[in-house]
Amino acid sequence: MKFVDEFRDSEKALILRQAIHHIAQILEPCLQRPWQIMEFCGGHTHTIFRYGIEQMLPDCIELVHGPGCPVCVLPMGRVDDCVAIAENPQVIFTTFGDAMRVPGSQKSLLQARAEGADIRMVYSPMDALALAKKHPEREVVFFALGFETTMPSTALTVLQAEREGIKNFSLFCNHITTAPTIKAVLDEPDLMLDGFLAPGHVAMVIGLEPFQFIVRDYHKPLTITGFEPLDILQALWMLLQQFAENRCGVENQYARVVQTQGNTTALKAIHQVFATRDFFELRGLGSIDQAGVGMRPEYAFFDAEQKFKVKNLTMTDPQDCQCGAVVKGLIKPWECQIFGKRCTPENPMGALMVSSEGACAAYYNHGYGRDAA
Amino acid sequence: MCLGIPGQISTITNAACYLAKVNIGGVLREVNITCIAEEGTELQDLVGAWVLVHVGFALSRIDEDEAQRTLQILAELGELQVELDAIQALGVSA
Repeated sequence: MKFVDEFRDSEKALILRQAIHHIAQILEPCLQRPWQIMEFCGGHTHTIFRYGIEQMLPDCIELVHGPGCPVCVLPMGRVDDCVAIAENPQVIFTTFGDAMRVPGSQKSLLQARAEGADIRMVYSPMDALALAKKHPEREVVFFALGFETTMPSTALTVLQAEREGIKNFSLFCNHITTAPTIKAVLDEPDLMLDGFLAPGHVAMVIGLEPFQFIVRDYHKPLTITGFEPLDILQALWMLLQQFAENRCGVENQYARVVQTQGNTTALKAIHQVFATRDFFELRGLGSIDQAGVGMRPEYAFFDAEQKFKVKNLTMTDPQDCQCGAVVKGLIKPWECQIFGKRCTPENPMGALMVSSEGACAAYYNHGYGRDAA
Repeated sequence: MCLGIPGQISTITNAACYLAKVNIGGVLREVNITCIAEEGTELQDLVGAWVLVHVGFALSRIDEDEAQRTLQILAELGELQVELDAIQALGVSA
């Protein structure tokens, strides 16, 4: 496939590997510990494991797998709300397939469906809107989740529903925002991160400016990064050059997709439909100021939270989950006391074991640390 | 759901609703192209453009020149390394 295959070329990967090892020789004596780089996005974590990128890196470079997997950080209380909405006999509850297995405090959506709730997986929110048109006698709810990457699609679907005067469609909005989440990671007192691979598809929507605070206020360099293995390797090489030359900036490796100003049409739709919440809870990280968006009052008619009066209770994770320490780079997944024992991809207890893009699930599925556990 | 897949716009199917058929790896799928339509430009001009598709929405045009530039940098880096290796090898044998 064009724009995919050429960015998986093994010959070029070896060139980048060599370039990375070359700079690492300069960097190695600079710190008493490895240089820590966080890839924030679960999509990057996925590529890193799939292509064995960690094994290609020198010992003095360590990757920390961040919290940027929206399925992973979905709080249990919100899953409970999903189940409550879905169990209403009037409702057809629609969701991306990724969210089906996220555990709630009682059950997941998959379990609720097995017990008879009408829950359907869709590829796009537009498919949910089509279902609403097909079933005017039912209430169709779309479970909107994801960082800024998925916000334009749900915002535009609501605007389309408004234009067509569709009355039986609503969003259960659980969208979260990248910058406040990164800030929460950076505000951790024990943090040792030296730089970031920043999420390319979020930047495609919001542009480069919202990432500037990381450089300006926290003095951590970053590279906006694409999702193929060569993208990740090139972005690492660019970041190491910033370390070596003592520079600190926002650099864009993913210029074929990301423009400096982001996508202005997408941003306009987002701002028209959604407004920042004062705070939002993320699993493993707790309540974070301004980390989520909800529906603007003008679009209350399409807001499932108001249509169905959800409880929005906070359900705490099991006490022995150490997801928070993992996403901050303080411990490796297999150092968590329940990793691979009571917490597995088949029966996840903690956020990071939930989706294949979560750090713990990625380690587990690729066999790392299982011996230790 | 966060993954983007490259595809090429094949036909505009409904200009009023900004819908187009996009060829994604040989499969034609209807995609909303609101976010890549530019004011004052005909939608028809987008036929043939490469786009990144997320959950049924094209969210970015893929810049072919930038893609080439990235690959060119890597090719040049490879040439540089070959030369550096040669210099090092000569240095050792001299």
